[in-house]
Amino acid sequence: MRDRRTLFILIGMPVVQILIFGFALTNEVKNSGFAVIDLSHDERSAQLIDELDASRYFELRGKFQSLESLEQSFRKGQVRIGIVIPANFGKDMERPGGAALQFIADASDPNVANTLINYANAVVVDFEQNITGEKKMPFTIQTETRMLYNPQLKGAYNFVPGVMAMVLLLVCTMMTALTVVREKELGTMEVMLVSPLKPLKIIIAKAVPYLLLSMLNIASILLLSVFVLDVPINGSLTLLVGESILFILVALSLGLLISSSTASQQSAMFISLIGMFLPTVMLSGFMFPIENMPLPMQVVSNAVPAKWFYIIVRSVMIKGVGLKHVWKETLILSGMLIFFMTMAIKKFKVRLA
Amino acid sequence: MSKLGVILSKEFRQIIRNPAIIRLIFIMPVIQLLVLPNAADYEIKNINLQVTDHDHSTLSRRLIDNISATGYFRVIGYGSDRDLAMEAIEKDQADLILEIPHNFERDLIREESARLMLAVNAINGVKAGLGGAYLNNLLRQFNGDIRTEWLQPDRLQKPFSITTTFTNWFNPGMNYKYFMVPGILVLLLTMVGMNLTAINIVREKEIGTIEQINVSPIKKHHFILGKLIPFWVLGLVVLTIGFLIARLVYGIVPLGAYWTIYVFAAVYLLVILGMGLLVSTFSATQQQAMLVSFFIMMIFILMGGLYTNIDSMPEWAKWITRINPVTYFIEVMRRVVLKGATLGDVTKEFAVIIGYAMLVNGLAILSYRKRS
Repeated sequence: MRDRRTLFILIGMPVVQILIFGFALTNEVKNSGFAVIDLSHDERSAQLIDELDASRYFELRGKFQSLESLEQSFRKGQVRIGIVIPANFGKDMERPGGAALQFIADASDPNVANTLINYANAVVVDFEQNITGEKKMPFTIQTETRMLYNPQLKGAYNFVPGVMAMVLLLVCTMMTALTVVREKELGTMEVMLVSPLKPLKIIIAKAVPYLLLSMLNIASILLLSVFVLDVPINGSLTLLVGESILFILVALSLGLLISSSTASQQSAMFISLIGMFLPTVMLSGFMFPIENMPLPMQVVSNAVPAKWFYIIVRSVMIKGVGLKHVWKETLILSGMLIFFMTMAIKKFKVRLA
Repeated sequence: MSKLGVILSKEFRQIIRNPAIIRLIFIMPVIQLLVLPNAADYEIKNINLQVTDHDHSTLSRRLIDNISATGYFRVIGYGSDRDLAMEAIEKDQADLILEIPHNFERDLIREESARLMLAVNAINGVKAGLGGAYLNNLLRQFNGDIRTEWLQPDRLQKPFSITTTFTNWFNPGMNYKYFMVPGILVLLLTMVGMNLTAINIVREKEIGTIEQINVSPIKKHHFILGKLIPFWVLGLVVLTIGFLIARLVYGIVPLGAYWTIYVFAAVYLLVILGMGLLVSTFSATQQQAMLVSFFIMMIFILMGGLYTNIDSMPEWAKWITRINPVTYFIEVMRRVVLKGATLGDVTKEFAVIIGYAMLVNGLAILSYRKRS
């Protein structure tokens, strides 16, 4: 704690991260570049291009004459989807067979390609209906869609709980992961071992300062979410803070476990950072929905503490539900805490012998 | 050159004598590369749908059958209680609620128009957007089918019609792993490279061995190069192992040339390692170095364009992605592997990364002081 610079980093880092990620990250797809090969050059084709350009999903970035130049543009990464409008598009629309449009998507990122194809389809259907205009089709089913919890589809609603889980887990684990092993490296561990302190006491003493520091981090993250990112806390604040403390304890004890089972700071760091970072990002559910994963991956994801905390924060903060809906997740986190804690003490004792 | 040789043999020996680290350097990326790409798939399937049916008509039942027959949706609940449906969303059991109002069938026949309500759990934008769009498309199709059945052919003809076809280039099978495996490889390489160098110099500071180097006749740039080269070699080995896994396990063979990627990776590694050294020279303890490198890495990785779409970001955030070396490598990797780009196609990225490498390593040499 005497190290001012480290303290500054520990307090400042989560703040900066929540701000950057809260504003910048969204898994919505919008403003994607598209290119046109317009062989028709009539009023209708110009209308369609305008309509695509006007939608929030697409942005016109090029007009080409041939598929080759479109491919070139894909290769340079300038556009993500191309539209081929055949000759006589406007006239064909009014003929019995209708007009044919071709969309070519850059499927090197299949997710984006999939999404864009869906959006493009919707724009075309709208366009068709606009031209058809007043003349109503018989037997029409109208659908009214409501977006629950997040009507503006803001990325922050998803990413604040996600980043919160990620930052707290990694920072807390890293903080304690170095403590015990550092004393081993510096040789001060021997002093501890000959002192009359019980391992449990040493471990708790190691964790308490970091727990206080982490609570400061929770406070700053929540304040920023509410006042800067406009993400509301719909549920009980007490419950949210309580769950956060539980989660921090899980992370701190995981760090202690890593610390007492490694021999050097470098190994501890490697495990807590490289070993945990990507799995936390990918398996906690805020980047990739867990239900979409193959079954073995779904099973693996259960071992990621951040997954459970992400579910809890999302439920309490955004949906505003109570403990009744998250007791299962809470129980799992408590189980993890007990497990990591016992293991850490056990490993610590082995060193004593 | 002999001074450099001495430093190099010292660094190599130090690495080899620490088997715990060597094991971690190789095992961790391998395991992650084998496991993680399986988790990343946006293709929305198994969307959980809760149906609230107030109509209980033949038509409403047919609609539900139609929806569950597509395979995209899983009807997890069916009833006529609105609160029950909301609770399913609150409990995260349902992603969508389809509400069929009273007299849906009757209205459609008598008034030629009827209404359906769709409620989407929109916390996760992808699932909400795509799931909603799928269901809307499906409803439109259902609508069309009914029209064809109920109408005489002459009334059916729409005044304007467009048929749309879709083609997927570069990855017609829409295999997500072709995109994810090379991307994750870049991230792993970045993390390993940066982490190793970030604590390297500061470790010598903590242990005190840096004093011995400071009093030796070794020049600053020799010292920095001596630190860089062993990790550079290690990085290329990790990359090669990664490509082997990509090829043997995932069957990914780059459309472009391997050497294009290696040339780029060779320069890229210098950037990452240089950054690590820079962090190391400025830090006082290993803990500090680790926290700072974690901070930088987290921003680089989450904003590198692999997980989230750069086009969707606000303008200021796009500037961050422009100074992010990870963005460039992921972009190059994707183009070479999937689109068969040549070195000529990626000259811009290449120029940026060379400039970056010179800047970062220049700074690292300048900021390393032989005095404490």
